[in-house]
Amino acid sequence: MANTRPDEKLKPWQDPQALPYVRIERVTKRFGDFVAVNHVSLDIYQGEAFCLLGASGCGKTTLLRMLAGFEDPCEGRLFIDGQDMTGIPPYERPVNMMFQSYALFPHMSVEDNVAFGLRQDGVPKAERQERVSEMLKLVALDGYGKRRPQQLSGGQRQRVALARSLVKRPKLLLLDEPLGALDKKLRENTQFELINLQEKLGVTFVIVTHDQEEAMTLASRIGVMNHGRILQTGTPSDIYEYPTSKYVADFIGSVNMFEGRLVEDEPDYVRIESPELGGTVFVDHGVSSAPDAKVWVAVRPEKVRLDRERPDQPDNVFSGTVKEIAYLGDVSRYLVALDSGKLVRVTQPNTDRRDDRVTWEEQVWVSWSPGANVVVTQ
Amino acid sequence: MSPVAQPNLGQVLSGLLQALLGWAPVRAAQGRLKDWGVTGRMAVTAVPYLWLLVFFLVPFFIVLKISFSSVEIAMPPFAPLIQWADDKVMLIRLNLGNYQFLWEDELYSSALLNSLKMAGVSTILALLMGYPMAYGIARSSREWRNILLMLVMLPFWTSFLLRIYAWIGLLGINSPINQMLLALGLIDEPVSLLQTDWAVYIGIVYSYLPFMVLPLYTAIEKLDGTLLEAAADLGCRPTRAFFNITLPLTKEGIVAGCMLVFIPATGEFVIPALLGGPDSLMIGRVLWEEFFNNRDWPVASAVAILLLLLLVGPIMLYQRAQQAAGGAHR
Repeated sequence: MANTRPDEKLKPWQDPQALPYVRIERVTKRFGDFVAVNHVSLDIYQGEAFCLLGASGCGKTTLLRMLAGFEDPCEGRLFIDGQDMTGIPPYERPVNMMFQSYALFPHMSVEDNVAFGLRQDGVPKAERQERVSEMLKLVALDGYGKRRPQQLSGGQRQRVALARSLVKRPKLLLLDEPLGALDKKLRENTQFELINLQEKLGVTFVIVTHDQEEAMTLASRIGVMNHGRILQTGTPSDIYEYPTSKYVADFIGSVNMFEGRLVEDEPDYVRIESPELGGTVFVDHGVSSAPDAKVWVAVRPEKVRLDRERPDQPDNVFSGTVKEIAYLGDVSRYLVALDSGKLVRVTQPNTDRRDDRVTWEEQVWVSWSPGANVVVTQ
Repeated sequence: MSPVAQPNLGQVLSGLLQALLGWAPVRAAQGRLKDWGVTGRMAVTAVPYLWLLVFFLVPFFIVLKISFSSVEIAMPPFAPLIQWADDKVMLIRLNLGNYQFLWEDELYSSALLNSLKMAGVSTILALLMGYPMAYGIARSSREWRNILLMLVMLPFWTSFLLRIYAWIGLLGINSPINQMLLALGLIDEPVSLLQTDWAVYIGIVYSYLPFMVLPLYTAIEKLDGTLLEAAADLGCRPTRAFFNITLPLTKEGIVAGCMLVFIPATGEFVIPALLGGPDSLMIGRVLWEEFFNNRDWPVASAVAILLLLLLVGPIMLYQRAQQAAGGAHR
């Protein structure tokens, strides 16, 4: 699902020569005693769609509002296009924002809403009209210009808000839960429209969302936030496949987590003993951790296999009983109780229409390959 | 000590109501009313309508009737409109002379115009003072807001008349204000504002300011702050945002506040009578003098009707603005 661009050899964040378009330097924001953003440093490059992902109250919106200029950092500095943003009011920043509530002006028509930013810059009337109608065409709202925002549906309002924030051709667009108010079907369509638009216009996006699926679809990179800190940044597949902490592994997608201790610690493999699992886990890569330290093995449900016969592999095979089945059409989700009592989530694709799938209370073997699991130490 | 919980007043009342509704004669009456098409909802809404009918519409027609009568030295001091002649003929005498008199005597038209001017200027002054006040209150912290709102309403706790008398003291020759200005050397001799139009403006603005502030506060408090953030984000400076966003979106409150000041200020008579001079002639004062000094009830009534007709215009305008605003915010 990641935004792969085959034409690019080196991603800007991998290129040491690349200059970041947005630089966040050890920024802290406190509201009274509450630390909303805690020493965050982050570089965002031109043309990226960077997603700040986290549960509500994690500080992602505060960080976005600091970029827009609605809040001032208590410590640290923000640079946009190399320019220090300290003390620069929102109306002088080269940034536009799309608000979660859309914040459309209720007393103005759709046209006037979109034209508002251009009017502030003193763009002459003829050009203004041209750019507004061009923008409305881009978001597929031509013909709606004379309406009031109240006369539009939720999806149409969202597109007006997008048109209004793009009409000034900003180099950086901040989006606060851009699809939050839309229903599921509309959301999926709009996600792809947003990506297309972003690539077409070459705008740098910073998106705030609590919805991991949205982040995975939209983002070139994701920054997972918790308690005012950025826990991990990386491409969607990095974050999903190689989480570096329990929180990230748990927050993105669904995961099975087994607590254990390192019993064999070699450079190219490790063995972890987990009383929870009632056995040891073999991992085909090294782990940088003290021997005998407490670690967690994370395995995604779709990487776990489910068989009636014991599969022919030496490690990572455990027996159990099927407790719950959820048939979702494309996949089925199983909850398997291991002999140790630990519940394991398994997702299996329903590849054919057979009727002999495993059923409740059936004895099964769960297994996964040594490369399927990730070890996290915190 | 008693094992039975004490029922509260609400329970007692609702119990009584239940008992009353269950009482056979009441139920019979209810049934009959229903046959006539009278429902419970109608009965409830009828009360305010009845109130308006008895205490507003009927007096209005009495005043209208008197305005078509003529003066007589009698009790009451006007001629009856309807008379019975000997041969059982009903005579209705409509005296249009009072209205003609108002039209011909310049006193009335100038008093009326002056009232509109005084009320208009006072309304604008009250708006200019009230808007920043309301804005400040709406933007203050939650705990301050209630205190500030209470301070706005505090003057209502003392008598209106008393407060106007206090202004006589404040605006007179020997007032503390004059003495302070003299002491500071800003003026060479005491100035009296009393008996000028300015005294009346001060009095009206002072008395009616809360009526301006409260609807403005409600409108400003309702304003969504993210709209101003959106404006700033699109490159709009705060002063421009005020005129482009805040002002148009609080129009409802501005119209309501202006009406609440303008309408009563037009008919105001206590303030011009106590603070104003002979020049600040307002229609309310003329009305008072016609009624109590000249004892010319018919002319006084005609003046009252005229004033009412004049104010119906702005009231209808206000209603239309409210309806438009109601439609726009759905």
